[in-house]
Formats: sequence, structure tokens, C-alpha cells
Amino acid sequence: MRYLTTIGLEVHVQLRTRSKMFCGCSTAFGAAPNTHVCPVCLGYPGAMPVMNRDAVKMTIISGLMIGSRISEFSKFDRKSYFYPDMPKNYQISQYDKPLCVGGSVEIDIDGVSRRIGVTRIHLEEDVGKNMHFQHSSGIDFNRAGVPLMEIVSEPDISSPEEAFAYLLALKQILLYAGVSDCNLEEGNVRCDVNCSVRPEGQKEFGTKTEIKNLNTFKGVLNALKYEIPRQVDVLESGGKIFQETRRWEVETGVTIAMRSKEYAHDYRYFPEPDLAPVVTSCEQIEELRRNLPELPRTRRERFIQQYSIPEYDAGVLTADVAVADFFEQSAKLSSNPKAISNWIMTEMLRLLSEREMDIRKVVVTPAALAGLVKLVDEKVINSNSAKEVFALLFEKGGEPDQIVREKGLVQVSDSGAIEKFVDQAIAENAKSVSDYLAGKDVAAKYIVGQVMKMSRGKANPQLVASIIEDKLKVEKMKRGG
Amino acid sequence: MAALDKETTDKIDVAYVARLARLYLADTEVQTFQGQLDHIVGYMKKIDELDLSNVEPTSHAVTLQNVFREDVVKPGLAVEQVMANAPAQVSDQFQVPKIIE
Amino acid sequence: MSLSIANMTICEAIALLEGKQCTSVELVSVLLNEIRRIDGTLGAYLSVDENDAVSQAMAADKARSEGRKGRLLGIPLAVKDVLNVRGQPCTCASKILQGYIAPYDATAVAMLRREGAVLVGRTNMDEFAMGSSTENSGFKITKNPRNIAYVPGGSSGGSAAAVAGGEAIAALGTDTGGSIRQPAAFCGCVGLKPTYGRISRYGLTAFASSLDQIGPITKNVKDAAVLLGVMAGRDEMDSTSVDVPVPDYLTSLSGDLKGMKLGLPKEYFVKGMDPEVEAAVRTAVEVCGGLGAEVVEVSLPHTDYAISTYYIIATAEASANLARFDGVRYGFRAAGAEDPIDMYGKTRAAGFGAEVKRRIILGTYVLSSGYYDAYYLSAQKVRTLIKRDFENVFMQCDALLTPVSPTVPYKIGETSSDPLRMYLGDIFTVTANLAGICGLSVPCGMSSQGLPIGLQVLGPAFREENILRAGHAYESARGLIRYGE
Repeated sequence: MRYLTTIGLEVHVQLRTRSKMFCGCSTAFGAAPNTHVCPVCLGYPGAMPVMNRDAVKMTIISGLMIGSRISEFSKFDRKSYFYPDMPKNYQISQYDKPLCVGGSVEIDIDGVSRRIGVTRIHLEEDVGKNMHFQHSSGIDFNRAGVPLMEIVSEPDISSPEEAFAYLLALKQILLYAGVSDCNLEEGNVRCDVNCSVRPEGQKEFGTKTEIKNLNTFKGVLNALKYEIPRQVDVLESGGKIFQETRRWEVETGVTIAMRSKEYAHDYRYFPEPDLAPVVTSCEQIEELRRNLPELPRTRRERFIQQYSIPEYDAGVLTADVAVADFFEQSAKLSSNPKAISNWIMTEMLRLLSEREMDIRKVVVTPAALAGLVKLVDEKVINSNSAKEVFALLFEKGGEPDQIVREKGLVQVSDSGAIEKFVDQAIAENAKSVSDYLAGKDVAAKYIVGQVMKMSRGKANPQLVASIIEDKLKVEKMKRGG
Repeated sequence: MAALDKETTDKIDVAYVARLARLYLADTEVQTFQGQLDHIVGYMKKIDELDLSNVEPTSHAVTLQNVFREDVVKPGLAVEQVMANAPAQVSDQFQVPKIIE
Repeated sequence: MSLSIANMTICEAIALLEGKQCTSVELVSVLLNEIRRIDGTLGAYLSVDENDAVSQAMAADKARSEGRKGRLLGIPLAVKDVLNVRGQPCTCASKILQGYIAPYDATAVAMLRREGAVLVGRTNMDEFAMGSSTENSGFKITKNPRNIAYVPGGSSGGSAAAVAGGEAIAALGTDTGGSIRQPAAFCGCVGLKPTYGRISRYGLTAFASSLDQIGPITKNVKDAAVLLGVMAGRDEMDSTSVDVPVPDYLTSLSGDLKGMKLGLPKEYFVKGMDPEVEAAVRTAVEVCGGLGAEVVEVSLPHTDYAISTYYIIATAEASANLARFDGVRYGFRAAGAEDPIDMYGKTRAAGFGAEVKRRIILGTYVLSSGYYDAYYLSAQKVRTLIKRDFENVFMQCDALLTPVSPTVPYKIGETSSDPLRMYLGDIFTVTANLAGICGLSVPCGMSSQGLPIGLQVLGPAFREENILRAGHAYESARGLIRYGE
């Protein structure tokens, strides 16, 4: 029997704020345990939350990016459950009035694009972190209270690959929006995955399981690749799927049911009395919408049109918003966007990946790259020299024309000087000359190489080649005549 | 108020609710509270006399909206101060009995 | 000269200090002596750090000698144990907070400090402010200074007993359903519950967040006006504090009631209330009439539903607010737990007293799945109706006059086995909290047994000047009450 899969994702994204959701503690990653804490995020008696303006704004921007309806009236609620990493034993979250409702994310699977629906985006606070020791556990509350946006998808996803594509597309959008660093290593994005299978032809969804707290996209992919056949196997062998929470074990590659003593969840949501509701006017929404960054897809299309670059280039350049920004800034300063694209796609991305660097941290400026392209186009330097200049720009920054001057890389296009090199090369390479005369055209290339060497790379290669060709023709006529 | 009609036959399940609230109760406490709370809950049903169908709920005593702080980092507590209040600690963390997931 | 704290008001103490007739250190020393002498009997304080109090007083004296100003410079005050004071314990009279030392000042406390107040000690209360008699303290029972066989009221019973018993010049209390006004009435002192949002709640250990307010318990209305003036105002740490200008409350104390319209809500004079209370309040109303006020009868038709509404909302919020007391980060932790869940159960079982447990269960129940709409949501709707009742009557009058409590103080132990009976005693006070308005309790007489009776003056939101003016004029005209005679 064939089975249909239904997947829904709850993605928790850490927002790019400096301070926590409800207090002034830092959100910086990697601090010593319990050094970014205060009475509010430790749940001390008497402490009260106050909303971070930017966190709310970033959530609304995220909603606008994916086409959500922004709630005119939104509020926070208390979600009660006890856990040692939860300072108040309730989490301030949003229940029935989230900031954003609806929306969708477009994905491409095998060249076909489709939309995955988003149910809602709400804002909440993160919990602390548990460390497990031999006989006890330890809690670090640095992360407690960090703003998290929870993006809940519709159960629209039908394969592990689609789930993976959805996550990549979502991450790309959030990076474009500038609302999160989406740094998976630092736990900026964590997913809960709901998944069920049902025999083809059955209308209602099967019983779902929830795989909690996956912190890599590969983890989501692999967990689903395990969980779906597991559910099918259970059903095939006449078994029953239990609605349960499972955990993905990376080492063994299986999902296992969690041994939680928790009773049936009863979160006892009620409106947070310590916080006022968030009321967003149409004017405020329109203001944010006007200043919204472009979506990755829109930008890709625009690059193709505006800069006349191939679709492939546009795809590579827009994958990372910072790369796209770099390209666009350079291209605007240049008359040759395709050359800019080539430099970024080859030299720049190669060097970045070799050094495991982010383009946001490079010292070479878009203006410098545009300048370099201009020097090549105007034949001031040849492509060999240009590579050398780029390497220097990448290392130390600076202005390309200054580097060219300092390093004496100006292309030699003085035919008199080149002729002297050519004469010398022909005299010193009699064998190659006779090979050429014997009909081996490649031999001319060797002579070109020799000339370039003599000019220490600065000779205009086209000029060199044409002079050599002329001279060899003359030689041929001489010998033939 | 359908829920209340159903409720009149239901008694408060003290033992269950105490578990939700993570509160161990002795059997004698369950008994005492059962009687007292049934009495209290019975009295609370008085509000069921009112027609509330067109009434908006009030969750805050004053009507406020959009009370924000700016996204600015402020100093918190020193870890020594925080640990001084901790009933048990391990490596500057709050120590608890082993968590089973 | 010989100082006596017993009847000393803040304003008198300020005059003594400003006139260099005494120092803050002298004042505090006399006060500490009184606490040593009386508190073994009254049990008003949970903790007093004598050395700390004296050093604060020395600092205040030094500041004064250097010419620095402060509206409360050198004035000793007592603080209910529910408010965080940096470096001091804050147990909320609960065993579950034993060992906790507050690392920060509540905003209201910080504002008192800024004006130079000396924070002398922490007063007893019903555990987590849950109760109306201070019998629910996890540590001790406070006695009514007018007759120690009787309760001082609650939950701010320690603060009221300290002020009435001559162990404090004035004190801070908190009021969630009458916890300032009722003990003030029971002990024969003045208690003010400001409008919700008037004073920051930051640092007030929450019982019911949408109902709690901090307020003063004092010997007269003028002192209450002074303390309100110091503590009122918007605080960026409390999202529910409101940015309404703080008037000079003292200027509103005109001494007369000319042009004021006072309402008598008929639902607050009902069968079953103590006739001595009714008589005392009606006499007070006459006095007010004599001071130039126009008195009209008004109606608050949903009064009958207030107790149910209040106990649903207050316990629901409390069940969440008290969830944080779990033995993980501060306070008491029970030994011998197998896992965190076991630790919670044991810690909370041993740490909380019976009334707190009862309310946590009730509050958890009314929020739980299947019951939310019937209880919590309905109660929020009734709250709307009660709020509306007040909005309507305040279109007709400037303030309301009512009894504070339907009874006079009762004997210690009398109601502790019947929680509902205790709850019903809050009928005249919970409405102000539900509506978020302000209320003042002023002594208005005594029972045949010499126990105090209180007059409640209720005012519209952010119109504390109305009730202070009415209370002050009445108090000035009333004459001295000699309790116990």
C-alpha cells in the first residue's frame, strides 16, 4: 500500500536583538553560565517583564516578508508548565492573538515551485539550558528570556526534502529581513516536527508524533527520513501510532519516545496581566511594509533583468543576502556587472570558503571590485595581474589603481618593447619556431608564454600573440621563399 | 453556559489539580480541601446567574497598550550574588536532581 | 527630651528633625526600643536589622547636616515582607522563601530611599498576602494592638499593628482585595489603596498581578498623602504603571467638603452586616454632610458577584505567580527528591501553608482545560460589569462612602477553619481592586467592645485627591477615638 505523509514544522527563531525579550540582559552567545541574568529573567519574586520594542517589530517584519496578516490587536499569555530550565514555571508566549497570522513560503522541488502555508508567527521567551552531570543536572539561565519567534507551518509539507527546502527558504527570507542571524551552531533556529502518515485514499490525517528540539536542518531531514518509514512499518505490521513526543538521536540515527513523566498537557493559558497588549495601526504596518527588504526570489528576478546576468549567476548571488548586497553595490558602480558577478562567484566565494569567512567581514569594498573590473576592461592590467590585485585587495583592502601602480603591474602595450621580447624569444626557441612552421600551431602558445615571462606578466597577451603571429608568418615566408 | 451545566455534576478533582500545580498533598489535606473547595466552588457558580453573552472580558484594571522598552543592554546580577541565593549549585549553575528526558 | 513614637506622625517627625529637636538616630533608637519592648506581644515584625537601621539613620543625619534635602529624610518606616528591599530577606511570611535575600529594591522602596527614608524592619502578613487576618503567616500570628485576643486583619496585619501599636510611625502595605484597608480599619489607622497603576508594582512579590497595589498605612490621612506623593508615578520597570501626572496631594487637604458630592452605594448597607459597623459609618456620613458635602444614594448593582469574581481571578493569577517557588533558584528546597518533579512536589508541600495551597488548587482548577470559559473567562466578564458600575456612579459623585468590612475584628482562631466565611468578609473591599479604583480606610468609631471600625472612601481612578480630601476633612471633624474604652 502507498502512504501519504503529512508534515508540519514549528520553527523557533532567535531574533537579532541586543537585549532579551523582557529585560535588559544581553543575548550574546557563549558567556560563562549565569552571567547574563537579572531578577526578571531569573523569575525572582517581584520582578516584572517589559517588552522589547525591536523584538515585536522584527516579528512583524518577518510576517510581512511571508505575506502574513499583521494583527491589529495582539497580546501575550502565560503558558504554564513546570520545568527546571523555566524560571517562572510559566512561559510568556502568545496564545490566541499572535502578532502575525497566515502567510506562506515558496519552495522549489525538482524545478517545481510550490507554497507552504504558514499558520501563524508568535513571539515568546526562551528557556534556560540544562547541563547533565553524572548524578545531577545544572541550569544556566543566560538564554532564558531571549526573544524567540515561533513560526508554525500548515501541515502542507509532504516529504523530508520539502521540509528541508522549506527550512532553507525560510532561513534565507529571515536573513534577508535582517531579523535573525539564523546561526544554527549557536542554536538560533530550533525545530519541532509534527509528522503522520496515512494510507493513500484515507481522508483524515493519521496519528502524529512530534519530534522535539532539532537544531540542524540536516537533523530534520534525517529524522523524517527515519520517522516516516518507521510509522509506515508500524501500520503495515498492524500496529498503532501513539501520539507522543520523540527525540532524534544523531549518533544512532533513530527517533525514540521521550521518557517524560509529564501528564496530559494542560498549559492553562491566560492573558499576561503584567503586559499591555500590542496594538498596531494600519499606518504603522504600511510604514514597515514600505521599508521591507526584497524577497530573495524577487531579487533574483530583478538581478537578471537589471544587470543582464544569467539566471545561474543570479541564483548564486542571491543565495546569501550579504553576497547579493555586495554584488549590487559593486554592480551599481560598474559598467560590467557580468564581470563583477564572475569575480564574486569565482575568486571571492572561493577565498571565503577556504577561510570559512563571511562576506560581511571582508576588507575588500564593492568600490574596489568595481575599480578592478574597470582596470581590466580598459586594458590597464591583464587578467593575470588582476588576479594578483584581487588577492591583495582580499588580504589588505585598499584601492586597486594604487596597488597596480605600487606593484608596477600596468600592462605593457608598447609594441616596440614587446617586439624586442618576441625577437629574443624566437631567437632562443628555434625548436618551437620549426614546430610551428611544421604546422603545429600550439607551438606559438609556448612562445607567447616565454614572452609573458620575460615581461614579468605585464605584457598585453593579445598584443604579444598578434606580434608573434606576424613575425612567424614573415619567418615562414622567408623559409618558404 | 454549557460548561457550567456539565460542571454542576463534576466535583473539583483535588488530587489531579494538585498534581498539575506540582503540589504534593497528604490524604488528610486532600479530604479537607475537597470539602472546603467544593463549598467555595459552589459559591463561585453565583456568577452563572448573569447573562454575559454580550460582555467583553477585562484582563487589565487599566487600559494600556504598546508599553515597550528600547532594545538596550543593561547590567544584571553578578553570578556570585545569584549563586548566593541558590539552594544548590554546581559550576556556577543551579543544581537540581538529574533531569530525565 | 523624651520622644514617643506611639502617636507620632510622619509630619510631626519631619518637624522635629527639621527643627533639630531630635536626630534620625534618636528617632530610630526609640523605635527599636519600642519594638524590643512590645513586639514580643504583638508580633508585628518578621525581621528587624537594628544595625542596618541605625546606619541608615546615621547616613540620613549626615545628609541633613550637609544640607541635603529629602521629603522623608531620616524618617523610619516599616515595610511589609512582600516587598523586595536590597540586602534584606523577603519571605512573604512563607517558609518557601526562607533564605532568600533580595538583590534589588522594589521601585516604591527605592523612591522612599531616594527621599531619605530609613527602612527599619519587615512586617508580618498572611502568607503571600492571602488572607484577611494575618493568621496565615508561615511564622507567627500578629495580634490586634487594641485588644490582643483579636486579629489585626490582613493581609497587611503586621504593618497595621505596628503603626497602631506604636512600633512604627508609618508602614507600607499591599492591597489585592482589601489587604491595606481592612487591617487599617481593624487596627484603627489609615490605609490607602491607590489606583491600579499609580504606584509601580516592580519588586512587589505578586499575588494577583491585575489586582495588587502598594500603599501606605499611617496614623492620619495627611501622612498617607505624603507617602503617596513620594511613591506615585510611572516606572519603566512596570508596564502597568501609568503615566498620569502626580498632583501635590497635600494641597487637596482643604479641611472641608464644600461642593463635593458623596455617594452611598445601597448594596454596601445590607442585612447581615454588624449593626455597630453600620451605625458608625452612618454617623460618619452625617459628619461629612455637616462639612458641606452633598450625600446621594447610588447603586452598584453587581456587588453581589464581586466575591466570586475576585476569588476566581485572584487565585488564577496566583496559581501562575506562585509557580516560580520551586526550590531551584532561591529559597527553600526540600531534601531527598528523586528528580525535579519530585523536588517540586516536596518543596511546595513543605514550603506553602494551607491557605496558599487551597488558593493554588482553586486557581489551577479555574484555568484548567474545560473550566476556563466557565470560571476565568466569565469572571473577567463580570469584572467588566463591576468596573462599569463604578464608572457610572462616578459620573454622579466624586467619591463613595462605605464600610470597610461588614464586621468588627474577630477573635484569633475564630474563622480559620472556614475559608469561605473569611472570603465573604472582603465584600466591601474587593470591588475597588476589580475596578482598579482607589480607596481609603479611615477610623470612624469603635464597637461596644472597644474595637475599631473603619469608614471606606472610594474614588475614581487616579483621583486620590478626592478621597484624601474627604478622608482628611472627616478625620479632622471626627475627634479622637479612645479604643478599648
